[in-house]
Amino acid sequence: MSEDTEAVTRIETPVYLQYNFTAGRAPARFLERIRQGVLTGQRCPRCANVYIPPRGSCPACGVPTEEEVVLPDKATVQSFTVVAIPIPNNPIKPPFVIANLVLDGANISFIHLMSECENSEVHIGQRVQAVWKPEAEWTYAMDNIRYFKPIDEPDVPVDRIGRLPIGGWEDEQ
Amino acid sequence: MAKLAAVVGIGQTHYKTRRGDVSIAGLVREAAVNALEDAGLGWDDIEAVIIGKAPDMFEGVIMPEIYLTDALGCNGKPMLRVHTAGSVGGSTALVAASHVQSGMFKRVLTVTFEKQSESNAMWALSTPQPFSVHLNAGAGGYFAPIIREYMRRSGAPYDVGIKVAVKDRLHGARNPLAHLQLPEITMKEVEDSMMLWDPIRFLEACPSSDGACAMVICSEDLVAESPKPPAWIRGVAMRSEPTMYAGREEVSPQAGRDCAADVYRQAGITDPRRDLDCAEVYVPFSWYEPMWLENLGFAPEGEGWKLTMSGATSLDEGGDIPWNCSGGVLSSNPIGASGMIRFAEAARQVRGDAGAHQVEGARLALGHAYGGGAQFFAMWVVGADKP
Repeated sequence: MSEDTEAVTRIETPVYLQYNFTAGRAPARFLERIRQGVLTGQRCPRCANVYIPPRGSCPACGVPTEEEVVLPDKATVQSFTVVAIPIPNNPIKPPFVIANLVLDGANISFIHLMSECENSEVHIGQRVQAVWKPEAEWTYAMDNIRYFKPIDEPDVPVDRIGRLPIGGWEDEQ
Repeated sequence: MAKLAAVVGIGQTHYKTRRGDVSIAGLVREAAVNALEDAGLGWDDIEAVIIGKAPDMFEGVIMPEIYLTDALGCNGKPMLRVHTAGSVGGSTALVAASHVQSGMFKRVLTVTFEKQSESNAMWALSTPQPFSVHLNAGAGGYFAPIIREYMRRSGAPYDVGIKVAVKDRLHGARNPLAHLQLPEITMKEVEDSMMLWDPIRFLEACPSSDGACAMVICSEDLVAESPKPPAWIRGVAMRSEPTMYAGREEVSPQAGRDCAADVYRQAGITDPRRDLDCAEVYVPFSWYEPMWLENLGFAPEGEGWKLTMSGATSLDEGGDIPWNCSGGVLSSNPIGASGMIRFAEAARQVRGDAGAHQVEGARLALGHAYGGGAQFFAMWVVGADKP
């Protein structure tokens, strides 16, 4: 080794990880159904709250959930963030809106992308609907929904977010 | 009934973007040696070692504790790794404390670390999940909507987060170990910094740091063998709750309120703002100061921001309840160690050993950490006075 070799202080050593996900009964059913373009949740027999994606039990009550509930693809913005930096390994270009959305008839939010909107006009209580990929591209993933876009319905008051019936906001009004 | 225990040694490394001069083993050993020196002890005086860090993917080294046993003098001794996501530094300290409080061990060394420069925590926190869209945008992406909800319901002015960002960096400028040294920082500079995860600006977020923190905790009968004043452990509590459930209070989690109530009860605290002299609280995004002021009972619901804006939590403004005098997570964030730094800095205050960020006459202090989706909480109260 020659004496003028520079000291090595770090080397790059990538780690690759692939895993097979065992979904369990409830999430497997959810994935099966979303493959067909249907959003399926489960209702807790004790508190009656509807979870989507379902995990097979209610984390609040600690009891198994069995009853399936088919939910519409309309939702309400519970909260959101406008992200200005890229997500590692995701080609999406910032800025983009990630929203915590609650489907009508559900009592729990999930995150999804919002698009076809002015980022500066997104707000809590806003009504949105899913924009699906073409059916030929559907797979076992929430990505079958490309994003959610605003729809022309009045805002939901904060105390009703996450508590709307399956029929949605217009039904409740 | 738990036996009395005290912190008799504290060791930290400098916190910085990259410690290229040491391996992970070198980093943890540096903190451990500093703690042993501070305690006036050697490796043979230690009976067990409790180590903690955040998820392994943060460095890509799986089960690092296996290779750290010799660096931490664990040969022939029990060694245990703790993990509770971001709160791990706090819960590791509490597991170490319980080893002594149980009467099973006399002297325990506890060490936590992160070497964020070795991999990419943003990536590690943004991996795809099978039944969700791949939009997890790191910790900021997760907490930004919760902060937005706090802003909505409290009606707090937009610049509360900016004020905390400045206050904690001015505190950090008093602490030579702090990663960020920004003594000239201004409200305007924070406000003009890039919006990363609206409403979180770049300067309202914590840095990525390399660093380690260690403590020696011992039983009552051995306290006098260490030269410096002890920090008596007056209360310890941990609580957890699921990441998500219908109706979950995400802004002010129940587990945090329960954990605080438990630790206050043990320490005889009825009014935390009045009874405590200072607090080191896990605030990785500036808006979490007013949020935790309420969750921890320092202010009524919806009014934490008023305490912040009044200067009550600022050392520089002579506040009555300074928070994060060390600069907090906003000034240094080696994630796995960040919780333990809160616990250790609380102990430094009541030992009267906090240097330029000392709260004069501090007798009772709170150390706090949270982790996961604000679902794991760890807290301790330490005091100058033996209970």
